[in-house]
Amino acid sequence: MEKLVTFKGWLLPLALVFPQIVVSAVFFFYPAGQAIWQSLFIPDPFGLSTKFVGLGNFEFLLTDEFYRASFLTTGVFSLLVTLVSMVPALFLAVMADRLIKGAGVYRTLLIWPYAVAPAIAGVLWLFMFNTRVGVVSWYLGQLGYDWNHVLNETEAMGLVVVASGWGRVSYNFLFFFAALQAVPRSVIEAAAIDGASFWRRFFTIVLPLLSPTTFFLLVVNIVYAFFETFGVIHTITTGGPQQATTILVYKVFADGFVGQDLGSSAAQSVILLLLVGALTVVQFKFVEKRVHY
Amino acid sequence: MGEEKHEPIPGMVEKRGRALWLTHVLMIVGVLIVFFPIWLAFVASTVTQPEIVSPPMPLLPGGHFWENYKKALFSGVNVPVYTMLFNSLVMALGIAIGKIIISLLSAFAIVYFRFPGRIFFFWMIFITLMLPVEVRIVPTYEVIAGFGMLNSYGGLIFPLIASATATFLFRQFFMTIPDELAEAARVDGASPMRFFVDIILPMSRTNIAALFVILFIYGWNQYLWPLLITTDVEMNTIVMGIKQMFPSGDDTADWPVIMATSILAMIPPVIIVISMQKLFIRGLVDSEK
Repeated sequence: MEKLVTFKGWLLPLALVFPQIVVSAVFFFYPAGQAIWQSLFIPDPFGLSTKFVGLGNFEFLLTDEFYRASFLTTGVFSLLVTLVSMVPALFLAVMADRLIKGAGVYRTLLIWPYAVAPAIAGVLWLFMFNTRVGVVSWYLGQLGYDWNHVLNETEAMGLVVVASGWGRVSYNFLFFFAALQAVPRSVIEAAAIDGASFWRRFFTIVLPLLSPTTFFLLVVNIVYAFFETFGVIHTITTGGPQQATTILVYKVFADGFVGQDLGSSAAQSVILLLLVGALTVVQFKFVEKRVHY
Repeated sequence: MGEEKHEPIPGMVEKRGRALWLTHVLMIVGVLIVFFPIWLAFVASTVTQPEIVSPPMPLLPGGHFWENYKKALFSGVNVPVYTMLFNSLVMALGIAIGKIIISLLSAFAIVYFRFPGRIFFFWMIFITLMLPVEVRIVPTYEVIAGFGMLNSYGGLIFPLIASATATFLFRQFFMTIPDELAEAARVDGASPMRFFVDIILPMSRTNIAALFVILFIYGWNQYLWPLLITTDVEMNTIVMGIKQMFPSGDDTADWPVIMATSILAMIPPVIIVISMQKLFIRGLVDSEK
């Protein structure tokens, strides 16, 4: 798509794109290039010189059991976050859609958590499940369940999943609700006249019509779980216990800034870069498809 | 008046009677569960430390609201919270305004001009769409350190401006502006910048506002980047500063102050989201498409 009517001149447009190009070049292309370059070297322990190792860093990573474990952790984590945030959101959206009055009020209340930063969400959930002062962990203790996410890997994972998924319930709710409102009433009413029950209508008509939204949210939530949940992990578990919640983005940080292993961290950045690229392509392919639905 | 006779026929789709009540009850339960963490944080910010450290803490607000918030705002733990609030505000505004300005300009150039390198620049911007700052932290950190921009607002803002989402939204929007307007402007001898200021900007008002809401929240809620580059507590932003308020080691955290700070940290984005709900939802749906 191109404009037919344009203005003449080339100096002005160059000046207009200049700020964005400079910012992108300095803070995006140069660092990304650096990441690729650094991933080919290993610095010596004193940081005085570096040794070219080709794809050595990558080879090492792919055979490193910690890195593999982190891949698996990320997979489990992002699937669970997606599930935990989408299922309740869909349920709430379906309920809200059944209402003629009051849906707006519920929507206003449900939007709140979206505005809460992942790191703050982490602090709130940490507070509820804190092993010493947490309200929820205390009541669990009264029921005879000894909650300790500091030592128990499963509980740690469960806590970061719920804390990460919480704010996304709002986000997914908004999209599901908008999509439900767009489902033609006549179709639903026709099915109702034919005697289809609510659940029957939901599974045979509404859910298929929601599939573009569902798929879109699936991709977006996985991207979110991969890249935007650093704050949650860092505030609640700092990747522990025993790396049980060290997702890939956390590991880049832990190896690069805490462990000072720059070559490995850079190689991890490059792998993540490829992952984001792939996810973006999926997202775009899908957006194109969506038009034909 | 015989009102009962005029009542609408019970719907088959929208619920009435018992089913309606059940729906409301389920909705309320859902909202309560979703809201509980925020409620608990608020309660904790209004009680005393001893009430919290001897569980279970109360579930209804106490009488120490002013005390805790005053302590948080003006003394804090490492640095007064008002300093962190100010830093967050500068960062969020800087990112939102900066991104909107450079995107408006570059989208205008790409849509309304034919110039050498146009396609190249277009793709260059397009590629930046893909890469969150989380992925390139180490080298970006080195760039900022090289410029001596650690612990500065510039260092907080610039790396997060380099993204193409806004440019693409504006490009899409400009494509829908009728050609006749540009034609008329040209015939009248208006310069491109005159056209931009008098026609394009006013027409983009809603888009700019919607984008502003999204970008402000994005900027306000940043965590990893401020964590890396603000080693000076005076430059901490509130979202990253909360974690720094937890003592290292075995000391007990000052929960009332920490929770008051958490509430303060969520107020600005929540106000923006609630008060600009329509714009926000529009911006959200647009920017994800």
